[in-house]
Amino acid sequence: MKTMQSLTDRKKVVSKKEMTFMEKLYLPAIIGGMWITFKHLFRKNNTVKYPEETREFAPVYRGQHVLKRDEEGRENCTACGLCAVACPAEAITMVAAERVKEEENLYREEKYAEKYEINMLRCIFCGLCEEACPKEAIFLTDRIVPSNFERDEFVYGKDRLVEQLNDRIDITKRQHTGKRSKI
Amino acid sequence: METSELIEKLVLIVVLFAVTLGIAAYATYFERKVAAWFQDRIGPDRAGPFGILQPLADGGKLFFKEDFVPQAAEKWLFILGPGIAMFTALMTGSVIPWSTNLTMFGQDIALQVADVNIGILFIMGFLSIGVYGIMIGGWASNNKYSLFSAVRASSQMISYELAMGICVIVVVMMTGSLGLREIVDAQHGMNWNVFYQPVAFVVFFICALAETNRAPFDLPECESELIGGYHTEYGSMKMGFYLFAEYVSLFISSAVISTLFFGGYNFPGMDNFEGNTLAILGVVAMFTKTFIFVFIFMWIRWTLPRFRFDQLMHLGWKSLIPISLINLLITGLVIAFNEGWFK
Repeated sequence: MKTMQSLTDRKKVVSKKEMTFMEKLYLPAIIGGMWITFKHLFRKNNTVKYPEETREFAPVYRGQHVLKRDEEGRENCTACGLCAVACPAEAITMVAAERVKEEENLYREEKYAEKYEINMLRCIFCGLCEEACPKEAIFLTDRIVPSNFERDEFVYGKDRLVEQLNDRIDITKRQHTGKRSKI
Repeated sequence: METSELIEKLVLIVVLFAVTLGIAAYATYFERKVAAWFQDRIGPDRAGPFGILQPLADGGKLFFKEDFVPQAAEKWLFILGPGIAMFTALMTGSVIPWSTNLTMFGQDIALQVADVNIGILFIMGFLSIGVYGIMIGGWASNNKYSLFSAVRASSQMISYELAMGICVIVVVMMTGSLGLREIVDAQHGMNWNVFYQPVAFVVFFICALAETNRAPFDLPECESELIGGYHTEYGSMKMGFYLFAEYVSLFISSAVISTLFFGGYNFPGMDNFEGNTLAILGVVAMFTKTFIFVFIFMWIRWTLPRFRFDQLMHLGWKSLIPISLINLLITGLVIAFNEGWFK
């Protein structure tokens, strides 16, 4: 009978050879294994002592979102809703409102988000909202969303998303990655 | 029995009890440290400097857990199980000679709780009873996994006790006594049994691993198949007793191995010392050997994977028992030859 020709070169012949006497004793193999673990006794450990030391975040780390303000401290977001459309987890909702005359120092454009909510339990931190945003208003940062006892507390409103005027959040690391590096 | 002798023995018992428990407690700490070193980690280092208070923290935690008995469990046997495991583990230490006689308050104090003339038989006996702790605990839990584990434990222990017993017989034949004191005294200086009986030592060592339920023979409690084995249903200090008994028997088996094969409290150049100095150096030698074996036990645990159950039985019945029987036969022939029986 003709053996079947193999279509790929990936097949391997399984070898089931009898073990030699030395292999059957197992002891040489055991001693070899123990020598390997013994060498590890003298290796440097890789432990990061967590609460005291923390590992550095990658520059592209995607953590808690921030709604940016511009140089004059006006909110960038115009409540266009593209982030909410882009969001695969449907974590973002917003309510748009029209800027009145006295609010020109608060919002950059005529339309702004009166309400802006991200459900951090739904969010998968993919960063598509950031990519969809035409106004450079939303960014993911290297901050971790803290744990909480209440589910409601994970719905972040503008109070926790918009950056404070006296505590601006640096997002340059993320601006220099991806498509925005060309701008 | 005189009052002074009674007090002496009581003090010795209390000291041995405390030392055994202390060493068992720190063996848990040391096990975690050794595991960490082998895996390039640090290990417990939060409780006290270098984490040396970790065993106390663990013990305290176990005490404050809810002492729970499952509804379907056989209540009294469920409580009895860990008790037997702990009791048998602690009892075996009583016949081991820790050193030569110490002279104190004008009296000769033997550093051995009981010099019974069947010492090694006593240890083997208590090791066999030790399996009841696991069996009763596993059966009384009324849990399928626990029962499986109990069955495995008993068949494993019975299988390995045979080869172990034959290795002990070889040592007994060479010494001509079952008493541990005589066995140790026969290995005076550097005249250790391991140099005459390396095969018996290797077989005994493998069986000791199996008897103490340690990796690679920890089938009764293998986490991946049986969740936790016979102590799945246990919690609080009852669980603690099982875990603790394992470490007590780890320590005691190491002591027995060093007694039978590595000369116990004998050390090279011991003839230059006498009296209390010799006794204290003997204790140091004994504990050094014991701790080396404790370390080797841990080293093996963190190196080798677990056996499959049929492989375990194959190894026990088809390899270890024939090897130890042949070894017994050869030893017997050599002894007979030396005594001039073939002339």
